[in-house]
Amino acid sequence: MGCINLLRDFFKKAKSSKYAVLDIPGRAVSPKDEEMIKCGECGEVIYCKEGDLEKHYKVCKKCNYPLKLTAMERLSLILDAGSFVEYDSKMESKNPLNFPEYEDKLVAARESTGLKEAVVTGEGTIENIPLVIGVMDQFFISASMGSVVGEKITRALETAVEKKLPIIIFSASGGARMQEGLLSLMQMAKTSAAVAKLNSSGQLFISVLTNPTTGGVTASFASLGDIIIAEPQALIGFAGPRVIEQTIRQKLPTGFQRAEFQLQHGMVDMIVERKDLRRTLSRLLLMHKRV
Amino acid sequence: MSNKLEFDRPINELEVKINELKIFSEEKEISLDKEIEVLEERLNRLKREIYENLNPWQKTQIARYVERPSTMDYIKYIFQDFIELHGDREFGDDKAMVGGLAFLNKSPVTLIGHRKGKGIKENVLRNFGMPHPEGYRKVLRLMRQAEKFKRPIISFIDTPGAFPGIGAEERGQGRAIAENLMALSCLKTPIVVVICGEGGSGGALALSVGDRICMLEHAVYSVISPEGCASILWKDSNRAEDAASVLKITAQDLLEFGIIDVIIPEPLGGAHRDYQCTAENIKDVIMNQLKELDKVPVDELIKNRYNKFRKIGEFLEQGK
Repeated sequence: MGCINLLRDFFKKAKSSKYAVLDIPGRAVSPKDEEMIKCGECGEVIYCKEGDLEKHYKVCKKCNYPLKLTAMERLSLILDAGSFVEYDSKMESKNPLNFPEYEDKLVAARESTGLKEAVVTGEGTIENIPLVIGVMDQFFISASMGSVVGEKITRALETAVEKKLPIIIFSASGGARMQEGLLSLMQMAKTSAAVAKLNSSGQLFISVLTNPTTGGVTASFASLGDIIIAEPQALIGFAGPRVIEQTIRQKLPTGFQRAEFQLQHGMVDMIVERKDLRRTLSRLLLMHKRV
Repeated sequence: MSNKLEFDRPINELEVKINELKIFSEEKEISLDKEIEVLEERLNRLKREIYENLNPWQKTQIARYVERPSTMDYIKYIFQDFIELHGDREFGDDKAMVGGLAFLNKSPVTLIGHRKGKGIKENVLRNFGMPHPEGYRKVLRLMRQAEKFKRPIISFIDTPGAFPGIGAEERGQGRAIAENLMALSCLKTPIVVVICGEGGSGGALALSVGDRICMLEHAVYSVISPEGCASILWKDSNRAEDAASVLKITAQDLLEFGIIDVIIPEPLGGAHRDYQCTAENIKDVIMNQLKELDKVPVDELIKNRYNKFRKIGEFLEQGK
């Protein structure tokens, strides 16, 4: 039954919407198939039955807070319908340190998200402009960066160089993945080196920072975009607010490390609301299109 | 007493005893050579027993030990005519980071490194070796200068991490580290990294992208402090000892993972027992590495450096 519904929706929406529908394998709506979710900021209940995603983009109607999106939801809101081809879809994490409980954590994350790892990479089009895209999924161990995330991001950047395509990466991350120890830390060096390579080849890299982007991801590729866009109210920083509070032993001012704070301090180019994001990206891509 | 290493106490006590005997024998002009010899043998055995079987948590304590030599000591012992260069030209001069020029034998080199203090007072001044963004920008400036003048860079790593504070965030700590990682990955001059104390996460990595990563025998290098890991994992920062062993932070572990290239031996009983000897060991390694790197054409050097970091990571790929 569900399958038929999905298929029917696929055709219906493909016609009526400029946005891609959820034509990407994997969970569509939210990890637990929730019918409604609560706004993390003001507590307002938001209904997210099928089809609602395109109406409100999972942004709270009351306080305008953008709720977490899965990687697949993000792709479907950004890319042209049916244009996405995934890279490295079978790459999986190992437990190189034999870290306690890591395997259980991975299994649980795979089950709840339907993903193999915390980033989905591939290529697709926005308004018919081809690009390489990477989207981190926070529902997978807080989208922390271990070997697989680092490798997939690096390969995506290298593919952009090879195919002479622009690349957009949507970041959201708790930082380096502790369970893979120093191998995770080294992914920061690896991805940053790949951005250097991309820069010397002259390809465009747009980094979109979503809520929350912290730690090793902020301190590597996510901060190295030619253009850096943030989603409204997104928490963006190197150290997490709790760590800072414990270190300096004082309460942090309201709005600290939010996107608006980062814009004020010169760390991002612009804040773009979810509903305008696709249009903004397509315009930027067009301005960098090579003739 | 509180800043002595707990597991080192038996060695320390024996050392004190031997010293007392020596003084006594000199003052009273009685020969105690035989007795002293026996005790010294026992001391060596004890040092070997303890220092050859250190667990990762004990190594962490050694790496953080206030009496352990650090960047400034090595600069003094290994190089000549050090001239410190200050400031990032944008905001300020970070005292948790040191940079400058010196001669290594007779060739000029650029030196960069974290700078911890020796006592509480100096440590407050040095912010316990935890840099702000201006620190990373200062060393970036000096690294670019090294590239311009074709000088090799020697980088000394000893930091708990980049400072987590309001000013650091306002001035873009993440961006500052990221820029260093990107710049170092393709800097056209040889870079030798020496992890001599604590390699604390991103704050250490920002100075550690190089052609050769060398690490002192008892230094540690970690993605998160053992205390931080324990409090996330078991909600109990007192279990740092357990966390230290699961994180694989020792030079021996990291050599196995292919993350570091060389382990630099420390004198028996740790670097803090003999600054001179430790410095000489480091100097030998730096000289050897630079000699090898000197022969490599710049394009190849950068290609090799890219591949060195490119291949780090462990994962499964079906069908491959």
